[in-house]
Amino acid sequence: MFLINCPFCGEREQSEFKAGGEAHIVRPKQPTELSDDEWAEYLFMRKNIKGIQFERWNHVHGCRKWFNMVRDTSNDQIKAVYKMGEKPPVK
Amino acid sequence: MTNNLRFKTSKFIDETYRVSFKFNNKTYFGFKGDTLASALLANGIHLVGRSFKYHRPRGIMTSGSEEPNAIIQLHDNSSRTEPNVRATEVEIYEGLVASSQNCWPSVNFDIGGINNLLSPILPAGFYYKTFMWPASFWEKYEYFIRKSAGLGKSPKVADPDIYEHKYIHCDVLVIGAGISGIMAAKMAAKNGFKTLLVDEKSYLGGSSIYDNSEFSKINNQLVSSWLEKEINEISKLENLEINTRTSVAAFHGYNFLLARENLTDHLPINQRENKVRQRLLKIRAKKVITATGSIERPLIFDNNDRPGIMLSSAIKKYIDLYGVACGENNILFTNNDTAYETAMSLIQRGIKINAIIDNREQIDSKISYEVEKNNIKIYKGYTVVDTYGYRRINKISIMKLSKDSQTVIGDKTKLNCDCLGISGGWTPAVHLFTQSGGKLKFREKDQVFIPNVYPSDQISIGSCNGDFGLEEIIKNTLSSIKKFLDIDNSEYKTVETISGLNQSKRNIWLLPSDKSIGKTKSFVDYQNDATAKDIKLALREGFRSIEHVKRYTTTGMGTDQGKLGNMHALGIISETAGTKMGEHGTTTFRPPYTPLTFGTIVGRNVGEFFDIFRRTPMHDWHVANNAEFENVGQWKRAWYYPKDNENMHQAVQRESKAARDSAGILDASTLGKIDIQGTDASEFLNRVYTNAWSKLAVGKCRYGLMLNEDGMVYDDGVTTRLGENHYIMTTTTGGAANVLGKLEDYLQTEWPELDVYLSSVTDHYATISVCGPNSKKIVSKVIPDLDFSDENFPHMSFKNAEIDNIKCRVMRISFTGEHSYEINIQANFGKSVWEKCMEAGKDFNITPYGTETMHLLRAEKGFIIVGQDTDATLTPIDLQMEWIVSKKKYDFIGKRSLYRSDTIREDRKQLVGLLTENPEEVLEEGAQIVADIKKSPIEMLGHVTSSYYSPNLKKSIALGVVKGGKNMLGQKLIIPMENKNINVTVADPVFFDKEGERLNAKL
Repeated sequence: MFLINCPFCGEREQSEFKAGGEAHIVRPKQPTELSDDEWAEYLFMRKNIKGIQFERWNHVHGCRKWFNMVRDTSNDQIKAVYKMGEKPPVK
Repeated sequence: MTNNLRFKTSKFIDETYRVSFKFNNKTYFGFKGDTLASALLANGIHLVGRSFKYHRPRGIMTSGSEEPNAIIQLHDNSSRTEPNVRATEVEIYEGLVASSQNCWPSVNFDIGGINNLLSPILPAGFYYKTFMWPASFWEKYEYFIRKSAGLGKSPKVADPDIYEHKYIHCDVLVIGAGISGIMAAKMAAKNGFKTLLVDEKSYLGGSSIYDNSEFSKINNQLVSSWLEKEINEISKLENLEINTRTSVAAFHGYNFLLARENLTDHLPINQRENKVRQRLLKIRAKKVITATGSIERPLIFDNNDRPGIMLSSAIKKYIDLYGVACGENNILFTNNDTAYETAMSLIQRGIKINAIIDNREQIDSKISYEVEKNNIKIYKGYTVVDTYGYRRINKISIMKLSKDSQTVIGDKTKLNCDCLGISGGWTPAVHLFTQSGGKLKFREKDQVFIPNVYPSDQISIGSCNGDFGLEEIIKNTLSSIKKFLDIDNSEYKTVETISGLNQSKRNIWLLPSDKSIGKTKSFVDYQNDATAKDIKLALREGFRSIEHVKRYTTTGMGTDQGKLGNMHALGIISETAGTKMGEHGTTTFRPPYTPLTFGTIVGRNVGEFFDIFRRTPMHDWHVANNAEFENVGQWKRAWYYPKDNENMHQAVQRESKAARDSAGILDASTLGKIDIQGTDASEFLNRVYTNAWSKLAVGKCRYGLMLNEDGMVYDDGVTTRLGENHYIMTTTTGGAANVLGKLEDYLQTEWPELDVYLSSVTDHYATISVCGPNSKKIVSKVIPDLDFSDENFPHMSFKNAEIDNIKCRVMRISFTGEHSYEINIQANFGKSVWEKCMEAGKDFNITPYGTETMHLLRAEKGFIIVGQDTDATLTPIDLQMEWIVSKKKYDFIGKRSLYRSDTIREDRKQLVGLLTENPEEVLEEGAQIVADIKKSPIEMLGHVTSSYYSPNLKKSIALGVVKGGKNMLGQKLIIPMENKNINVTVADPVFFDKEGERLNAKL
């Protein structure tokens, strides 16, 4: 079970958090102008990386804030956490 | 009972405290300090169980948690009965009752033993291969297979014991209190680390605590004496907490560990009352030191499983710790020096050793010379090829090993014995390390897997790290801990060690035999009866991956998880396949290390604490008025209120009729309520609901439908505009938390520019819904100051009001199709206002109704319930709710998905009404809907989602989803049931008051 360093609250048990899938997928500003394929790309396609992955997490049983996390899925090491809207601090 | 097996000299056994216990209905005696295994051995009992597949007689093999054979049923026929308990771990207590498993009628004579004779036709994968055909016979086979399978019996009644969970945070956790664990704990605690030391045994010191050998010394003292002083010292350390009888079950990522602390299992039953039996420790440690030691390896040869065949280290422990001799005519069989330590312990007590069989040609250690000096015959370069004796070993035969270890040569010699100690060297207990995500490496020199890459801040020390010699253990423990904890002043300035043991070993995974492999039974996994032959067969049949071989042969899949034989399985695979051992890796070690009882896992979360449940402010009133309850999410909702022995159907019919004929009252407090404020609140609602919100006037209510981004219906409810920038949204009961989460997600991540704030206020308000033709009269009496005229207070509007000076919100909204009002008031006034309504409604036969009636009434109106009539595969178009989807709005969540190629298909499942040919016939919810029952296979068109008998229409009504249902109005369909086919006609989903006259009727 991870120890997650919430950018607002500090280090907390994983059981306080909820994972929210891949990060940095921006909802299209004009969905109506997209083709079915383009919309499907936004809607369904997600990466499943072995290695460095960018993820969204929500401190659902804490401050309820969403934030981003960089995690190495091969060993579950958390490389960084950062607030929504911020650029990832690692590549 | 043979008394000469007990040596009354061990300080771990309290000879003044005699304990009686029952095994297989016979009474025996042991002493305080005994385990069930040591007490049985002291009584000359080796045969304790039967093996899983062949029902072969099996005895006690080990002295610890790795035991594969001596697993027993503890507490016969009581609520505490527990199967598969390792006799080697049970500390005896007065009144203990245990029995053998997997045998009938008795362990001495077991009918199932016939499987042993049938074994030539019971190869690996026998069940898979044999019972595959004909497939339809499986049910018949299964009945017999299930009867003969399984080991112990699970209890049939609730566990009477108390369990609990405890969180522990520490700087350093030390697992295992052997010599290196004790040293590590002392160094950590003395250097200011808050330290926790755990060990699965009842005593500290591991196997070194009874090491009284002259051949191993620390600072010129016996290892046991030196260690005792250390233990004395650490038990006084303030920074150190010591938990014995505590077994670490799981080592997860980020140094999170689970351990089971045993508190009462060693006490007589009458001393356990009202005490916690076991505690699950949830440990988060900054640093973990694993010092779990190692497990002695057996040797793999023909008939290596007879009672009386034991690990040599176990024989030593029974002598030195428990003062028990396992046999009177012993033979030791080894490939390394460990067995000579056992030999010295036997010699010291004057117990006869008939011979030592050693695989090695050359043996060069002080201890072996000493053994030889005692006139004990050592067969060097020999191996055991067979053993004899059914219920107890009585003979072995040995032969000389060829140079290349592939065959045996020369003559066969038979030797008598009643106990055979075997030693194949040691396997580091790396289970916890690998559970934590650690990667192993293979050390060719002595053929062991040892820790290589650590995934978290942890270290392995001692023999679990592959250090087997005393000098190595101490030297490496000191240097590793110094580095790991970054400490200078080691507590151990000078530690001098001497050891008479040599670490040489002649490792042969599968010992050769004079028989062909097909005629041998060389057990690799004792508990599951997997033999070397089975593993070779699996390889011949094409299995290559160790994980596949494991599952096919069931090697390592018993309750002991193959702690003894897994390495040999790997070795035999790589030898047979001609690959290198390290390349295969190991099978995955999974938690728990030893089995956990369910009680420990659930702790206090049993009975009413199993799950949280939420009660509305009116809950006590419902209970007092005979309500039956239904679980909705975590809520307890009143389901129906039976009167005078009514069943559910009768109660619901009465309630439904009353609500439409006069007045009904419903507790709607469980609906989710989200307070929405901010200058962009209207824009926000526009984006999350399918319909338009900008023009909703203050004081008005509107129904909204919320989709997922994929266009599927997610939630619905009425939202009221309380002020210019203030709304209150209601959600479904079960969806409240998820809706809030979803809205927060969009606000925080997609639209952070919107000025909107969300607060859950579900628990803050009680909601009372009064409906029916007399509802207005009733609420007017409860709130006399409010103008309830239709002009002032039309349908879909809201008013602020006061009841006894308490502010409340009244909405005129309806989920039943009746004229109705919803009073929302501060939760703690909910019950008194409810009672006021009941009082005011007395003259109008106001009838409390529950969720079942609510469902029936809304079904009459064709209103959907999200989650019952929908299942995240239906769009609003599928639900025939196009009217609520705004065409003008540029965007809302899910809009784009409503015209994807898939969502515009005409043959999607669509919501329809269903009327049965026989109006008295009520359909089953979930039943399949088909058109043609002659076609094979029958095409499934959909299913029934809601179904009731309507007392107001006096006929059966149902809602369902049907492929292309929208265009099937009037068409006949069939609901095939187990014993009949029911004819139905597709109808409009609105069955009652299609024009909605009742909502606006002048009352």
